[in-house]
Amino acid sequence: MRRGVKRLAAPFAVNALLVLGAALTLAPLVWMVSASVMPTGEASSFPPGFIPSRITFEHYRDLFQRLSLGRAFGSSLLLASSVTFCSVILNSMAGYAFAKLRFPGRERLFRLLLLGMVIPVQIAMLPLFLLMRSLGLVNTYLGVVLPSAAGIFGIFLVRQFARSIPDELLDAARVDGASEWLIYRRLVLPLLKPVLVTLGVFMFLGTWNDFLWPLVVLTDDTKYTLPVALANLVGEHAQDTELMMAGSVLTVLPVLLLFLGLQRAYIEGITAGGLKE
Amino acid sequence: MRVETRRGTPAEARAALFFLAPGLFVIVFFFLLPIAASFLLSVTDFDLYALADPSNARVTGVSNYRALLSDPVFLTALKNTLVFVLLGSPLTVIVALSAALLVNARLARAKGFFRTTFFAPVVTTLVAVAVVFRYVYHPRFGLLNRGLTLIGLPAVDWLGDPRFALLAIVLLAVWKNFGFSTILFVAGLQGIPESLYEAARLDGAGGWQQFRRITLPLLAPTMLLVGLTRTIDYFQLFAEPYVMTSGGPLNSTLTMALLMYKEGFRFWNMGRGAAIAFVLFGVILVATLIQFRLQKGGET
Repeated sequence: MRRGVKRLAAPFAVNALLVLGAALTLAPLVWMVSASVMPTGEASSFPPGFIPSRITFEHYRDLFQRLSLGRAFGSSLLLASSVTFCSVILNSMAGYAFAKLRFPGRERLFRLLLLGMVIPVQIAMLPLFLLMRSLGLVNTYLGVVLPSAAGIFGIFLVRQFARSIPDELLDAARVDGASEWLIYRRLVLPLLKPVLVTLGVFMFLGTWNDFLWPLVVLTDDTKYTLPVALANLVGEHAQDTELMMAGSVLTVLPVLLLFLGLQRAYIEGITAGGLKE
Repeated sequence: MRVETRRGTPAEARAALFFLAPGLFVIVFFFLLPIAASFLLSVTDFDLYALADPSNARVTGVSNYRALLSDPVFLTALKNTLVFVLLGSPLTVIVALSAALLVNARLARAKGFFRTTFFAPVVTTLVAVAVVFRYVYHPRFGLLNRGLTLIGLPAVDWLGDPRFALLAIVLLAVWKNFGFSTILFVAGLQGIPESLYEAARLDGAGGWQQFRRITLPLLAPTMLLVGLTRTIDYFQLFAEPYVMTSGGPLNSTLTMALLMYKEGFRFWNMGRGAAIAFVLFGVILVATLIQFRLQKGGET
């Protein structure tokens, strides 16, 4: 009898704790979505609740028509796509070279580069701003994209994956007279596709969510990305809870959907990048 | 026996240069060079006047650093940052490991769903969830106080009370980040052979003993990785206080990164800002070394 209870109690406890954890994790996000469709003032009433008395999309309309957050959405999309595109190309080239092309000093150079991975980007921020200023790139999209166009982590990720490409394959192509560029373009890139998807998701999410650098380098509010525009909006519309929640949904939803669609690639990337070597 | 690796032809080396050049150019020019420049900047009095004409900047040696060490605002930021890391990192590790153990338990159902759920906050935009938490922490209309009063605990003015504001940001950080470490812990747990647990059970070891003697020691590499990523990340705390409190109340959530931003980009005291950045870098390096040392100590 007691054994029977015990046999039921353990699975119940494990799953109940999981459900509780999931509820606590999701509560802020669910409330965000629900408050964003509440009529004005309802999210700031006591007691706070989850269910809107009626559903309205007026706050979203406000965001696009009155506060032109649509433009910020466009900026974010353009910047995240550009960084993703550039970094996939540049990092795949460099990662492939470090993994497969034989040249003197290769390992030493790579190890030196890895040391740089522990340096936080914030350290470089002030001189980077001065550099951008002297290049005339402050308040331009190029100023946001360039520093992220290649990165040590991306090169590392691609190199780890590219090492599994057999040398014989590349040498056979060389014997057939293919140029190095053709080998990279036609043979290596397709083989690297899984890791490039991972890298692409990483870079897109990272750029979309980035705050400090766009805040520093984009000075004109017509160029703001969503996070910068949203932080700016808090200053003026902090009392407008429902409006702020609509803005948060607009910012979070695209990346959340992207993650749900490509979560396998993303999570495999984390465990691969983190645990090997 | 090691197979002799063939040496590359000069043509291959030329190709390597071509493939590496664009990426390395970006890294050197927009990352490594600015870091070196940051150090040079930190030993000057580069300010608004120098921004107009760089010849106005003078080399002042360590005076920025000396000034920082006697500046109560900087010392507050340093203390807040350390408290945040010392509170946030262990808390994140505990929550993440608990979640990983639950998700990985044989009895757990719908593992994929829970793993995805726990990970969802990681991919969300920090600024947006910081905005959301501003309202979750609202003393009267916020969800958190509502939950606390429902289970009989007192309501707290989370972001308005200097005693609680930093804690509120710690809680947000744990919520936002634990899922990332959970994924790493789950991968680590799955690497532990089941036969070890079976042998331990045959020897009569209970659940806690198995956790203590098998799980924890074999998770040590994952633990180090999680600890390092958390501390390095948490030392750079910026967006949460920027959005939620602007460093207040009474500087209780002012962090080094936030102070660097304010000094450098609001007041254009770039020499001083760079010095703050370098102290932050030094602190991160020391914390990294300590963790490697602790890991080694744990092994012997």
